[in-house]
Amino acid sequence: MERATSIAKPYSTRLFFQTVIARAYPRVIGAQREKSWMFFDIFLPLLAVSAYVFVYRAIGAPETYVGFVVMGGAMTAFWMNILWSMSSQLFWEKEQGNLALYIIAPNSMMAILLGMALGGMLATTLRAFVIVIIGGMLFGVQFSVSSFSALFGTFILTMVALYGMGMMFSSLFLLLNREAWHLASLAQEPIYLLSGFYFPLKSLGFWVAAGASIIPLAIGMDAMRQLVFPSGPSLGFLSVPIELVILVILSVVFLVGARYLLAYMERLAIREGRLTDSRR
Amino acid sequence: MQFSWWKERERSLRTSIRSFLTAAWLGWQIESNWTDPFLFAVYSIIKPVAGAAILVVMYGIITQGAFDSPLFAYIYLGNAFYIYVGSVMTGVSWAVIDDREHYKTLKYIYVAPIHAPSYMVGRGVARFLTGTIAVLVTITAGVLFLNLQLDLAAVNWPMFLTALALGVVMLANLGLLLAGVTLMIAHHVWFIGDAVAGALYLFSGAIFPLEVLPNWLRPIGFAMPLTYWLELLRRSMVGHVAASFPTLSKVTDGQLFAILIGLTIIFGLMAILVFRWGEHQARERGLLDMVTNY
Repeated sequence: MERATSIAKPYSTRLFFQTVIARAYPRVIGAQREKSWMFFDIFLPLLAVSAYVFVYRAIGAPETYVGFVVMGGAMTAFWMNILWSMSSQLFWEKEQGNLALYIIAPNSMMAILLGMALGGMLATTLRAFVIVIIGGMLFGVQFSVSSFSALFGTFILTMVALYGMGMMFSSLFLLLNREAWHLASLAQEPIYLLSGFYFPLKSLGFWVAAGASIIPLAIGMDAMRQLVFPSGPSLGFLSVPIELVILVILSVVFLVGARYLLAYMERLAIREGRLTDSRR
Repeated sequence: MQFSWWKERERSLRTSIRSFLTAAWLGWQIESNWTDPFLFAVYSIIKPVAGAAILVVMYGIITQGAFDSPLFAYIYLGNAFYIYVGSVMTGVSWAVIDDREHYKTLKYIYVAPIHAPSYMVGRGVARFLTGTIAVLVTITAGVLFLNLQLDLAAVNWPMFLTALALGVVMLANLGLLLAGVTLMIAHHVWFIGDAVAGALYLFSGAIFPLEVLPNWLRPIGFAMPLTYWLELLRRSMVGHVAASFPTLSKVTDGQLFAILIGLTIIFGLMAILVFRWGEHQARERGLLDMVTNY
């Protein structure tokens, strides 16, 4: 029985990238075929972010905080992508009957997840970009980038750690049923709160902020705000170099953890017969 | 002839009530039976409380914790009752995607002898109930931990309950309108009701007075029933707070009720028209059993 659940798959670099492209393809094409997502996924979130800007205006906050909200609102797109288009997508695929096909095919689950992520990047990046550009223009946000290369590097490092975390979460979702949905929904507002999406991370106090630093977006966004806004450094939690080191550590831990957890959960799900289990 | 018309109306009403009650029970089962009651209660509470906490932190860091200010009560209560907006609108509109693409039962709903709009509204009842718990917990937390100025003995309960009931009808109308739109679109956004509610946050005066908005945006806020609903709730609970803000200070309670009832009727008619049109489009274009899982 144990032997049957540990089938070796003929992984190869070529197959890995073919799988990434194959899984990304329907998302990109699907988004092209019906463009109503632009209204619901880009325009409406822009309005929601604006509401938080006006709260700050109503209470007389310094303009830097408006910039913080615009940036935080843009970054919510990436967290939503992790939650709904990667983690809980596996639950949805199971309900649709695709998950078992993914497992029996000779490809890597990491590649499938990466394909999902990259395929969903079109909407995610566009949403983030629109919020930063239009939000920045509408509210007169003053950006003062001290180093574009440092900013780009921080963003990439944040994304690597974040998507590594997303892949790790996905492995847990292999075992879940309807609760997956609710847990993903639960991980929105509390994460927005703990990550300081709409206020400086250090406002939460040292120990809460330190605990929240395990979420790559929290520490990554804090570093990016320090690099983008003139008064960012004074509102930063830790210095940028320290936050970059934390992001590197998180990236390694999450990616390696995702690799092992996915393999383990896949074996466990096969052994317990949960891949085709649909408790509706 | 007239007798047969009445009999037909009576049968139609019975079908609507039966569809509503069955859908409400079904929705409650779907929402609640995925876990044990304790975890369900925790889940129902953490999410909205965290949402309120974001505003509390934002307000606290800028005002150095001036939680006894009328502005804080304005923001906090507006945000607490706004939980209903996301809950009811999501509950009603999400039923379309849930039944169409998850359970794949929407086509069976349409061949069954039920009243589809009543069924959709019924599916939102469960979210309304969990939303009610969240609203209660959020307000209680505000009173206990944040010095929210709320005196239960001073609350105008008849006004509060009437406004609340009217608001729930108005939100169900908005949910039905959204469900009509959802019938025609693919499954792009997971919780379309939350997305729309998030956007309407801006115009409803829920978390800041409408005067803060630019002049050209204010008319949108004044055209929204949510603005008047939230004002009535604030006036009934903390009248002195509502009086501190000039937005609707010249409008009497009776006028507010009249405007809210009028807008509820208008949005109700719009919801029926849009839902029927969406249904027609979905049938014409073969969208009732569409699966858009990409």
